[in-house]
Amino acid sequence: MQDYILEVKDLCKYYPGVKALDGVSVGFQEGEVHALAGENGAGKSTLIKMLTGAIEPTRGEIILNGETYHRLGPIEAIEKGISAVYQEFNLIPYLTVAENVFYGKEIMKGAFVDKKAMAEEVSKALEEFEIELDPLAVISDLGVAYQQITEIVKAVMANSRVLIMDEPTAPLTSKETQLLFNIVKKLKKNKVTIIFISHRMEEMFEICDRVTVLRDGKYISTKDVKDITRKELITDMVGRELGENYPERVAELGEPVLQVKGLTNEKIKDVSFEVRKGEILGFGGLVGAGRTEVMQALFGADPIEDGEIFLNGKRIKIKNPGSALNHGIGLLPEDRKNQGVLLGLTIKENVTFSSLKQAMRGPFVDSKKDTAIAEEYVNKLQIKTPSINQLVKNLSGGNQQKVVLAKMLATQCDVIIFDEPTRGIDVGAKQEIYNLMRHLADDEEKTVIMVSSEMPELIGMSDRILVMRGGRIVGELGRNEFSQELILEYASGLIGG
Amino acid sequence: MENGKNSLEKKSLKRIFGNYGMVFVLIALIVIFSVLSNRFLTADNIFNILRQVSIVGIIAVGMTFIMLTAGIDLSVGSVAGFACVGAALLMTQFSMHPVLASIIMCLFGIGLGLANGFFVSKLDVPPFIATLGMMVSIRGLAYIITGGLPVFGFDKSYTQLGQGYLGPIPIPVLIMAGVFAFGIIFLTKTRAGRHIYGVGGNEEASRLSGVNVSKVKFLVYAVGGFMSALAGLVILARTNSGQPNTGEGYEMDVITGVVLGGVSMMGGQGKLYMVIIGVLIMGILTNGMTMLGISEFVQQFVKGFVLIAAVAFDSFIKSQRTKEVAA
Repeated sequence: MQDYILEVKDLCKYYPGVKALDGVSVGFQEGEVHALAGENGAGKSTLIKMLTGAIEPTRGEIILNGETYHRLGPIEAIEKGISAVYQEFNLIPYLTVAENVFYGKEIMKGAFVDKKAMAEEVSKALEEFEIELDPLAVISDLGVAYQQITEIVKAVMANSRVLIMDEPTAPLTSKETQLLFNIVKKLKKNKVTIIFISHRMEEMFEICDRVTVLRDGKYISTKDVKDITRKELITDMVGRELGENYPERVAELGEPVLQVKGLTNEKIKDVSFEVRKGEILGFGGLVGAGRTEVMQALFGADPIEDGEIFLNGKRIKIKNPGSALNHGIGLLPEDRKNQGVLLGLTIKENVTFSSLKQAMRGPFVDSKKDTAIAEEYVNKLQIKTPSINQLVKNLSGGNQQKVVLAKMLATQCDVIIFDEPTRGIDVGAKQEIYNLMRHLADDEEKTVIMVSSEMPELIGMSDRILVMRGGRIVGELGRNEFSQELILEYASGLIGG
Repeated sequence: MENGKNSLEKKSLKRIFGNYGMVFVLIALIVIFSVLSNRFLTADNIFNILRQVSIVGIIAVGMTFIMLTAGIDLSVGSVAGFACVGAALLMTQFSMHPVLASIIMCLFGIGLGLANGFFVSKLDVPPFIATLGMMVSIRGLAYIITGGLPVFGFDKSYTQLGQGYLGPIPIPVLIMAGVFAFGIIFLTKTRAGRHIYGVGGNEEASRLSGVNVSKVKFLVYAVGGFMSALAGLVILARTNSGQPNTGEGYEMDVITGVVLGGVSMMGGQGKLYMVIIGVLIMGILTNGMTMLGISEFVQQFVKGFVLIAAVAFDSFIKSQRTKEVAA
């Protein structure tokens, strides 16, 4: 047996209908940089959240410094030496670096906070990392890189033995990333264990010693980084059976309906593609690759700086979501809670919210027509509710998603954009949404665009897949070329420049 | 089985209490004051109360529109005051016909509301600040155009608007009833009404549903400005003089009434017909305490705590219901 500073044994986290983490056992050595790899939904965040005490395990053990815990509280975790640096920082923006580092455990001089002593302590730590940063700088004046460094210093000063970094490099430039890696190397020398999560494979190979792969909540493998190739790692990450049943296309593809040429704004560069009637066009890529941004621009929710959009051969101008809907382009947004549902309104009010025009009699909403439209879509999408006058906040996630979908479909749009259509909903509702997407494309001859971070879904549903990276389209795959490996290779920049 | 039925009944009772808690408060107040004073529950006094609340009631309709979008309007009292002295000046200095003067001031009210809407939706000034600024400036404007002096001496017929009756019903009460009817129909029956609730409930989702959010905001502040100006004209007719300090402090009475009516400060939730109850609670409290000979100073002291108590009670009921849903 090796000596582990931190080990988990048979760790499980079950939610109703979902096994987020299922019997994972893995050990972390003192002073190693240990990568956690896996697709979205593989269970990485769930594992981390249990280590930092954010959620409680359903079953299993966490062994830290030889002591066994069945659950860790958030404060306990920090006291016992586990800290995490998240993508969103837990810093107070209007305090200085030093004040943040000592937040909650200030150095006191009598009744007053000893700012000088705190600044000196932080200064020492920064010197050790060879970082030039004024401990008295105010956080809100700093860039993300230095905010992140502040978080790391905070963790180090709290005597953390295990430091978890969740996508630490996502917001950083390559120069800043090197800065971070220098710190990581220094921490390693000081025998701090680092658990490192990144979607960027090259970083894993650069900085990590070992890598553990999770898939669908299950443990797959732990290997020394120097012993494996990227290809092997990708195979470990994706090699799974498809759990869902994806309906197959039966109808023939029609004419090109939507053509996008050179679409460009702050987030996306020169994006061009076309979609045909009856087609489901999938957009793959990593989080932050610019897929959602393309959809937002196409839907008029984000400004377009350059580029042209043609609908049925005619050039159209889309100024805002209202004009997109008028042209028959609808969007199912990725963030259901913040962008999709109107939680305080009823199902009926939600469903007809975008399409009330059809239910007017003179200046007033015709209650009968309003109800008829709502009922039509509630039945069509099989939204499970005792009444259409139920408030949407009382529905399950899957049914809420169907309500948002109903709201869009009720506008009778011809081009339908699904952005992460099944995020956070249960398996049964997922299947219904898949069937519906296929029905819309096949039987109603709609044109469908789908953004999905779930590989099986992307491959199962799409007729064609475009892969994005860094705001550009970097690869196109026809049905016969579909493979998770190929998509990941495009998405991570292994191929396709 | 019996147990289940009981708990079901309990739940629906709770729901009724949660939705209509303020109705019970209103009834309780009426009972208390009726017991304490035999002059309270008379037809005369009831119309008296209604007339007393009519000004605040009219403005409350506009405020409800605004608060449903998660906004607020502190400038209502100043706009009322400005409309009051403005109409008085037009009629005396420019010998303008009362109807024309009234129309002009109502348009002015709409214009000031549109200015609020512009600051809020186009310049991204928080509603509290934008309308606080307008409150101060428009009050200043009312002092500027009057030189700080009251305006007297306009046509007697105008006072009908404030002092007259149609049958037994005071005209201001009819006006209030009219604007409530307008507001209720607008909010429940029109597309724009639905959009007002949507914008308050989830602005981003509304935008992505094709709603022109700034248009909705312009609309609600314009309605607010119009209602304030209308209220100012009623005050002018009732007092028969244009005082430049007219309407000072009204924003607080109005907001209290609207909040008592169950409109959420966070927007998106609330029914205009319940705002009638909220406004009546404030009116009855004033009227009843006056009748009992309680001094105005004590009244003010009591009213502040009534607001806090009522909203705390409301939050308590809501948290109970949330638990129920969670269970």
